[in-house]
Parts: sequence; structure tokens; C-alpha cells
Amino acid sequence: MSTAIYKTVRGLRFELMSPDLIRKISVMEVKTEDLYDRDGLPVKDGLMDRRMGTLEPNQRCQVCGGLWSQCPGHFGHVELAKPVYHVGHMKKIVEVLKATCHQCHRLMIPEDQVAELYARFERLELRRPEQARAFVKKVCARAAGSRTGEKALPSCPHCGAQRRKIRLEKPVTVVEEKEEGDVKIYPDQVQMDLALISDKRDVKLLGMDPDYARPEWMVLTALPIPPLVVRPSIILESGDRSEDDLTHKLVDIVRTNKKLNECVVNGSARIVIEHWWDLLQFHVATFFDNEIAGYPPAKHRSGRPLRTIAQRLKGKDGLFRGGLSGKRVDFSARTVISPDPNLSINEVGVPEQVALILTIPERVTPSNIEALRVAVKAGADSLEGANYIIRPDGRRIDLSRVKEREELAQGLDVNYIVERHIRNGDVVLFNRQPSLHRMSIMAHRVKILPGRTFRMTPPVCPPYNADFDGDEMNLHVPQNDEARAEALVMMLVQEQILSPRFGGPIIGGQQDYITGAYLLTRRTTYLEKQQVEQILAASGLTVKELPPPVVTKPNRLWSGKQVFSLFLPKGLNYVGRANFTHSDCKLEKCELDDYVLIRDGVLVSGVIDKKSVGQSQPGSLLHRLVKDYGEEAAKDFIDRAFKAFAYYFDHYGFTMTFDDVSLPDSMNAEIESIVEEYERKVKKLNDAYKAGELEALPGKSLEDTLEQKVMQVLTEARDRVGALAAEKLNSDSGALIMAKTGSRGNMLNLTQMAAIIGQVSVRGKRINKGYSSRALPHFEPGDRGAEAGGFVTSSFSRGLKPTEFFFHAAGGREGLVDTAVRTSQSGYMQRKLINALQDLRVDYDSTVRTPGGLIIQYRYGEDGVDPSRSDSGRSVNVEKVIEKVVASE
Amino acid sequence: MQVSSKAKADKTVQVFNDVASTLEFIEGIPSAEILPLPIRSAIAQSAFEKKLGSDTIRRVVAEAALQFEAAQVEPGEPVGVVAAQSIGEPGTQMTLRTFHYAGVKEYNVTLGLPRLIELVDARKTPSTPMMTVWLDEEHRKTRETAMVVAKRILQVTLSEVADNIAIGDGYVSFSLNEEEMNRHGIKLEEVVEAVKGTLGKARSEKAEVETETEYLFTVLNEEMTRAVGYRLKEKIMSVPLRGIRGITKVYLEHSAAQDEWYIMTEGSDLAKILQVEGVDRTRTTTNNIYEVYEVLGIEAARNTIIREVVEILKEQGLEVDGRHISLLADWMTESGQIKPVSRTGITLGKTSVLAKAAFEVTVNHLLAAAQSAETDNLEGVTESVIVGNYIPMGTGVVELLVNLEVFKNLGNN
Repeated sequence: MSTAIYKTVRGLRFELMSPDLIRKISVMEVKTEDLYDRDGLPVKDGLMDRRMGTLEPNQRCQVCGGLWSQCPGHFGHVELAKPVYHVGHMKKIVEVLKATCHQCHRLMIPEDQVAELYARFERLELRRPEQARAFVKKVCARAAGSRTGEKALPSCPHCGAQRRKIRLEKPVTVVEEKEEGDVKIYPDQVQMDLALISDKRDVKLLGMDPDYARPEWMVLTALPIPPLVVRPSIILESGDRSEDDLTHKLVDIVRTNKKLNECVVNGSARIVIEHWWDLLQFHVATFFDNEIAGYPPAKHRSGRPLRTIAQRLKGKDGLFRGGLSGKRVDFSARTVISPDPNLSINEVGVPEQVALILTIPERVTPSNIEALRVAVKAGADSLEGANYIIRPDGRRIDLSRVKEREELAQGLDVNYIVERHIRNGDVVLFNRQPSLHRMSIMAHRVKILPGRTFRMTPPVCPPYNADFDGDEMNLHVPQNDEARAEALVMMLVQEQILSPRFGGPIIGGQQDYITGAYLLTRRTTYLEKQQVEQILAASGLTVKELPPPVVTKPNRLWSGKQVFSLFLPKGLNYVGRANFTHSDCKLEKCELDDYVLIRDGVLVSGVIDKKSVGQSQPGSLLHRLVKDYGEEAAKDFIDRAFKAFAYYFDHYGFTMTFDDVSLPDSMNAEIESIVEEYERKVKKLNDAYKAGELEALPGKSLEDTLEQKVMQVLTEARDRVGALAAEKLNSDSGALIMAKTGSRGNMLNLTQMAAIIGQVSVRGKRINKGYSSRALPHFEPGDRGAEAGGFVTSSFSRGLKPTEFFFHAAGGREGLVDTAVRTSQSGYMQRKLINALQDLRVDYDSTVRTPGGLIIQYRYGEDGVDPSRSDSGRSVNVEKVIEKVVASE
Repeated sequence: MQVSSKAKADKTVQVFNDVASTLEFIEGIPSAEILPLPIRSAIAQSAFEKKLGSDTIRRVVAEAALQFEAAQVEPGEPVGVVAAQSIGEPGTQMTLRTFHYAGVKEYNVTLGLPRLIELVDARKTPSTPMMTVWLDEEHRKTRETAMVVAKRILQVTLSEVADNIAIGDGYVSFSLNEEEMNRHGIKLEEVVEAVKGTLGKARSEKAEVETETEYLFTVLNEEMTRAVGYRLKEKIMSVPLRGIRGITKVYLEHSAAQDEWYIMTEGSDLAKILQVEGVDRTRTTTNNIYEVYEVLGIEAARNTIIREVVEILKEQGLEVDGRHISLLADWMTESGQIKPVSRTGITLGKTSVLAKAAFEVTVNHLLAAAQSAETDNLEGVTESVIVGNYIPMGTGVVELLVNLEVFKNLGNN
């Protein structure tokens, strides 16, 4: 058992290390730069002295007696022959020097004001620490005489001494400007000056602290040497040792320090001492930060710059972002995802290989001991098995190495822990990056399946933004009951159907589900008893008795709408519009199935399509189901009805062919004549422009006016041709059904395939650059006609001309670039937003507060309503309430 | 909360003859108290239209109150993160297309993701500043009257009335366009005054201004070289003669809904526009949040942020609940000043050293924290994650205090 002391961290104080503290925590003084002797053992008093930590297992620490796994390592220190600055504090050092008198070492602010300022500072520090920091900064600047628009006091208000003019010469030289010229002030002198600042209020007003951050501590007289675990050496395959970057830097420091010490002791010439002093300063500086402006970065022999302390902390892969804010975890798996429409939205298919590795620790109790014995007996290679047993004394038994599992199972007792394999029904978290919203990580129940991929049902793709073109997803196994309970209650997929973004359903049908729903519920669909039964069987819905068939002779036939109605709860009333609409249709009198009307759980009219069961459709049938009948009912509906849609879709046989997007030859001529008509218009505009007859629109240049007018004309041309083609497309064609129901594609896509592609635009303009005064060498210089500007008159089915192909590719490229740029920009924006807002939460008094207790909103969103519990943002849907109350009367 | 209405129903069933009295009745129902006014009004409106009786209304109110209660946020809900996600996630779906031609008219406005970033960063000036200037009774009726105000606003610079410029050693000479001068009603004296105004400030450019004819004037300085002359020319050309500086374009628009004319401008100066005669001060707005802040105060700035964000999202066809946007705006304006959502704004104001260090410029924050011996009380999310505590959100806010004495005694007995 570990002897470590466990405590919850309540707070952290950041301090400057005083030389005394450095010596106090140090277990040894490093006196030599040597690392190992000839036998390969660490040199005593050297940088690899084992007192600073153990590096091999089974070795006991000489200092704390802990094993390798328990000993955190210990600091050593170096006594510096002469003080040097800590580079990170240079700015502050100079600021403090400027703000204090060099004679009496007081803050350069009159006594009466000091008292007043200090009182204000104390009040601020209590209430708004961040404002106290800003306040102190201002006071400092005032004392230093560097505040803009204010004259610096020429002499000390306390003792009357003249103010020194001090300047920082980057990176680490402090210079006093005197009449006879610049004079360098050495670190030891600076340290003396700082040490003599004795008034505690002065120190506080300087933005420092008399107990934990004395100004003179910014100048180092002793340097702490980090423990070995911070800078472990690596043993290469060749058997050679390779030292850590920090160790390399420390070798330089210790060596230089030794040289400097010799010089000082021997009474060497001033220049010699200064040379070594500067060198020591350089090494100490780069030990802290190897990217200081003005210093060449210290390099490895290979030329790679050393990664010293600052570099280890910084950036995306630094300690903070890479190691502390984001941590690596166990009990997780990652693989490719693929669809399985037979799963529930709450389930995830887990490959057997994964199930053999991921475990859940289960504590043995009298009630589960037999079940766990079975698991132990089954061993590590069985799906019903377990991987480890942990005995009450903390010993771990690896079941894959034990042959006599029978015995082990019998020996199992209460308070043992068995790490058993995950099984069907276990709760796991499923995640796809980028995790942009909370629905990117949801809880699923495990369903162990053969194969090597995670399986999920397609309706849960939208919240993850997943598809199956090679996407990979992660799976995490919660390890204790609290975590599992929270996951089940709050994170289960069905609990996340409604998005908090807009208070509508984010889960829903896509593609074939929508098409299937349409095919099933359209008016021409009639099914025989056997077909109905097959659909119901496929969906998993049990129905006691079928409703009476709508057609009885010659055969008993049920309408698709009747079948669909079986999936709806009794008492459901809903009115909505279908996606597949005919524009000339007026409300409920519609003969064309444009209005979805559900009365008491029966679909009376209307086709079911995207508007009713699609994803992200606020106010849809799906939305009403979740709101009025709860998540469980909505889940059942999605699981069952969607399977019915898919089944019917499969057996109906649905496709799209080339003919769906081909127009009769006669049409082509018509299209051509329309295009020609508009091309003539463009030519006319061009002629007018050339003749100088074109009148500029207000606020536009002549060229811009022409461009705008041409664009207008060409857009009109495309629209007219498109509309014409849309009329002529076969209304029974698969392509059109997909576009109209909203399952895939839109009318623009279809007309582009069938009739005309239209104007290609780059940055919202026609393409005119690329070649000298034209886009391509195929055109006359200065040609601003339709074709030369990227108007594509061909359709995808007829094929593009070479020039058109080029323009089209240019437009396509813009799209790609756009996406690439957008993801990085919006990613950064999101990071900033999350960072700024993450600490806000609703308190018990329903105010929104920061952790410090600052109130941001007195009531969340002014009415305290949770958007994910709202009805598309409204707290109460009054119409629905009245409907409900009236219906119950 | 459920009102047992069955018993009351047969006693007195009241029917109301207008919305106001319906509302009054609703106000009298105890359970209506928790409902916000808009909901109460909506119930009154619908109840009146549907001619509901008083007992039905009672039950409607009870049901509404029940639903309202059920929709309340849970204490501990991390509304900040949800807001950030709800605003950030649609960002990935936005088009990057910077410019948009609003309507048939020809002015460009930055929209989409770039504009959203601009707002969140609280940039001092938007890349396309714009004002919507509503007019007072007198001017809003016809295009002509609106035009009068538009002319007062539109900036006219010398470059717009100058025809010809001659530059030589020691002189820059401008000849003005008579027609343009008359159109804007500008006199030569004004021009000269304005030009002198700009010259006075510059050091090496001290020069004389001489008028020659009614439409010609020359800036003279013997020491001036041609190169300086060119620079001077640029400066003089941008001297504003009329209107408000920075208002480079005005467009007259007609609002069909209110049947009135209003002005859209490119360029923005709210402080000045509100002083222009003919402008309706109560409705005129700008998209520059700092101007709103300076002229109308922090609350108005907050509303502007909300309005602008809503507009961007609406234009892109993305649905985001207003509560998320208002939370963002409230947080940005909480201190009484506009704080950007960045390391120089909100993040800098955080008290936690670790949270600041984990965001950006890690090392500087750590050094500064050491210098002033800051303490981190580990109250926020990032800090808690770093040290391995539970985060103070959701189920993590629940704390139990155990009376250990009682606990021990329990064991003994």
C-alpha cells in the first residue's frame, strides 16, 4: 500500500522562491558538472546524483525512502558565485527600480497618498482581485513616472534624492543614464537596492508581496536544480545514455558557475569576471526560456534548439494545454464506425475484440459473487469473462496468466474486485471529434457484435455529425456507479434528442429513411396483409389487432398511412406541412397530401417526409412526440417506425437513373433559345458599356455596374431555364422524389444535372482574371460576354465544354478553400467562447454566477427556462396547452 | 397547483368580452403568478379568441404553470458552456462569404463568420460600419424629404468637387468643378477655410492659401518639394466639407411595413448623427457597438450585441436560442465596459492563474502570478480539471456536510 497522503487541493499560491527556501528544500548542493564516472555510476554532488530522485524500479530513494513509483524526486541547488537575474522578471525588476528611490528605498509617491492608495488597494483586493491588479499597475506606473500625460516627480518625495534615469537594455542589462553617459548597474547592486525596500505597503503597491514575493528574490543567488524525474535520461538501443535538454543546460550552468567562482576567488581582472558572469547569466536565462529576444537560442549538438522550462509549459502540446487541461485515459477504444439499422438509437455495436479488453471493476458482494465466479472461470479470452482480480490487499491477478481459474473462482470472496469484460447492456460513452457540442459525447448501451467496427444506427449520425466514409469514433467505459448513473440519466441518446441550441430535435431521419417514409405514406401505397405483417415484424412493433382494411374487395388492402399510424401513440394530434408540397394548395382543404394531419394517433392525410421526421426540424412530428410523450416514446418511435421505413424502402426498390435527369431533345432546343436570348442581353449591356451609354448606379463604378447587371441577367436566365426544366422532369423519378421529400439533393442540383449549370462565381464575382485581360486564352482580350465570364450553359448530363469545365473547377476550388479556412477560424472562435463562458453556471437561487459569486444574470435568460426543455425557445406553447386542456374536457 | 375546477365549474362560468378583462382575470389566479407577462398575455389573447370560460382558463393557467415550472433550469446547469457551444457550433456551418448584397440594393456588409468573430472580439470598429437612420415625422414621408436629411449626413470631401490639380515645386493648385460645387451648395470660402484648418496642424507644411478665381485656389510654400506636394494633395483632398466625417455613402430605403423612408449609410458616427436635424433619435442605430456604448451606455451596447448576433445567425438560416446570446452579451458587458471574448478581455479578468495560463500566453501569466504572490482558489472549471478535483458544475456543485460526531456515535450504538 502506498504511504502517500491523500488530500483534496483547495487552493494554490504562486510565490517567488527566496534563496532561503531554495536552500531549505534542496537535498544537496550540486558542485560538479560531471554526470557519471567511468563505471557509469552517477557522480556524487553531480547533476545526476541519485539523491535528487530514483530512476529505476525497485530502487529505494536515499532521501525519502520511497520506491520509484512513490518518490516524487527532490530538488538540489547551486550556489551562484555572483547573482544573476531571472529573465522572466526583468521588466518587473526595472519597473520596481524606477518606482523606488535609490537613497531611501521608498515608493516615489508622497506619504499621505501612499496611505490612501493602500487603503483603496486593500478594498479592491478583497472584492475584485483582477481590478486590484490593474490598480497596482497604475500606481506603479505613476511612481515610476512612466504614466502618459503625467509628469514624473523629479526627486523623491520622502528624502528628496534625485530620481535616477533607468532603462532596460534587452535582454538583461540594466542601465542608468547619467550625464557622463550610460552606466551599467550590475545584478548584485540591483539586488541590494531591491532588498532595501522595507515598507510593506510600498511592496504591496509595487504589486509584490512582502512575505511571498520580495522584490530582491527576482535576482537569483541560488538556483534550484529540478529533480531527476523532471529530466530523465534515456538509454538508447545502442546502450548509450542520452540526457535531457534540461540536464544539458544545467551542465553549462554549473560549469560556468565554477569558472566564475574561481575567477572571483583568484581575484581575476574585472573584464574576465564580467565575461564569465555574462555567460552565467546567459545560461541561466536560457535555462528558463530558450526563446528570448536578443539571445541566440541554446542549441543541441544537432542544431535543434533546446526545449527548456518555458517551452515545456507553452503551447498546444505544452504541459498546460497538452498535459493538464487534457489528459490521456484508460478504458477507452477507438475504431472505424459503420451503420447497423437494426440497433436502437440508445445502442452501440462493440466488436468482440474490444469487449475482451475493456473492463468494468465490480466489487464482490454476497449477491453477485456467483455471477463473478462464472466470469473468473470464463477467463480473459471469453466474452463473459474478466481480465483481472484485485484482492483486498491490493494485489492484482492477471487472469490471462492463470491456468487454474476454477480454484481462483472458488477463492473469490467479498471485497475482492473483479475487472470483468463489458457486456450487453453496459453503459458506455461514445464520442466523435470535433466535440463541438454536448451531443458529441453521448451514452449508449453496449451491444457486442462480431466484426471490427463500432456500429450505430443512422438516425444518431446528425448529433455526432458522423458518416461512414471512414470516420472513427471513441468509446469510454465509466468505471464507477456514480459515473454510470449520471451517464444513464443525463447522457443517454434519448435524453439528448432535443438540442439545447434551439430547443428542437437534432436526431432524426435522413436520406433513405425519409424516402421510405414518403413511399410508405403516399396515397398510392396499399398493402396486403402479409406485407403489413412483414413490415411490422421488421420494425419490432407488436400489434394485437390490425385496424380494419380500407379496401375489402377484391382483396383486403391496408393503406400505407394506416401502417404508419400504428407507430403513433393514441391521442396524438398534429398538424403540419409536408416538405413535398404543391404550391397551389390551400390549408386543410388540400387534395394533394400537402398537409400532415394526425387525429388521435391516426394519420388522416399528408405524406410523411423531412418536415415530419427529419433531423433539426423544430415543430415537427418528432418534436411533438418528444415534448408530449417523453423521450422513451420518442425513442420507441424512432427505433420502430424508422425500421419500417427502411424495410419498405428496401422492398419497394428505389433508384435513380440517368433518365431521371435527361430532358427530351425538343427541350434542349428550347433551352438553347432562352440562353441565346439572355446572351444577347448581356451583349447589349456590354455594347452600351463600351459606347459609354451605360449609366452608373449610385455609389458604383461603371465596371461594377456592368458586372452587377450582367450577373442579374444571367441569374434570371438560369432561373428561367431551371424552372422550365423542373416542370418537364418526370414526377415519378427517384431523383425528383428525393429532392421533393428533402431526403437528398434539391431542385437546383437536379436542374444543374438536367438543364443548365449557370454562372460560376469566385468571391461572389464572375471570373475575369487569370490571363491578360481575360480568364482563358480561348477568349478575346476584354471579352466580358456571358461565356467568357464563366456562364456554363451545359448541364452535367450533357457534359461540359473545356472552358466550362475549367470555370466549374475554379468555382469548386473556392469551395474547398473556404471549408479549410472556415474550420480553423470557427474552431479558434469556439475555443475562445468556451474559455470565456465555461465558468458560468446557474446557482441555487436561479441566478447565473461566476465561481467567485459575481452575478451575470439575475435569472437565466430572464425567465429561467432551459432551452432544451423549451418548445423551440418558448417556455410554454400556449396553443398546445389550450388544445390539451380543451381536449381533456 | 392543479385547481380542482370540476366543483367550481357548475357554479359560475364566466365568459369574457375582451382581452383586457381576460387578462385581469388571469392575473387574479394564484398559479399565474410564476408565469411571465408575455405568456399571460398570450393565454388571455387565445382564451378570448376561443371564447373559453373561466373554469377552462383556470385549468389552462394551471397547466401552463406546470409546464413552465418543468421547463426551469436545474441549479448547477453549466449554462455558460452550453451557450458557448450553441454559438460556436453553428460557426462551422456558416459560409465564409464575407460580403452580402442586402436586397436588390448595392451595399456590402460583412456577414457570416467574419462578422461573428468581429462581434465576439468586440473590435473597436467593424470592418463595414453601417447605420440605419430613421427620420422624424417631417422627413419620413417622401423620398424627397428624406433626401434632404441624407444630404446633411453624406460626407462631401474636396476630392468630390475638385476637377483638376496641378502640382509643382512650391505649389499645389486646385481647380474646382462649378457644377458639383453648386450641387452641394459649397462656396469657395468654405473650402479655403477647411483647407487652412488642415494645414495649420502640420509642421513642415505651413503654407499660404491663395484664391485666384471663384473656382481656383493654390496652396503656396516655397520650401515645398514636389514629393511633399503630392502628400499634401492627398491630405487636402480628404478634407470634409459637408456632412459627417466617415459617412461615405447613403442609400434611401423605403420600409413597406411602416410606410416610411429611412437612410442606410456606409460609415458610422452615432454621436454626430443624433444631432442632425430630421433624424429620429429614438430609433436610429449603428452596427458599431463601441459607438453605442459611448453615446447610449452599456445597456444599449448589450442590446446591440444581441441584435447583431441574432441578425447574423438569422441571415445564415441558423437557429440559436436567444438565451445563449443574451448570456454572452451580459457576460461581455458585466463590468460596465465592453470586454472582448479573448485573452485581453474576459479571460484576463479571471481570478484563476491556472485558467489564464491554460488558455494563452502561459508563461507570462505564471510569472506575473509569482511576482504578486497570487492565490488560485480552484473555483473554476479549468483549474479543477488541472488539479483533479470535480468541476463545480452540474452534479459537481452538490456538496454534503457530514456531522462527524453524530456519525461516530451511530457506529457505537
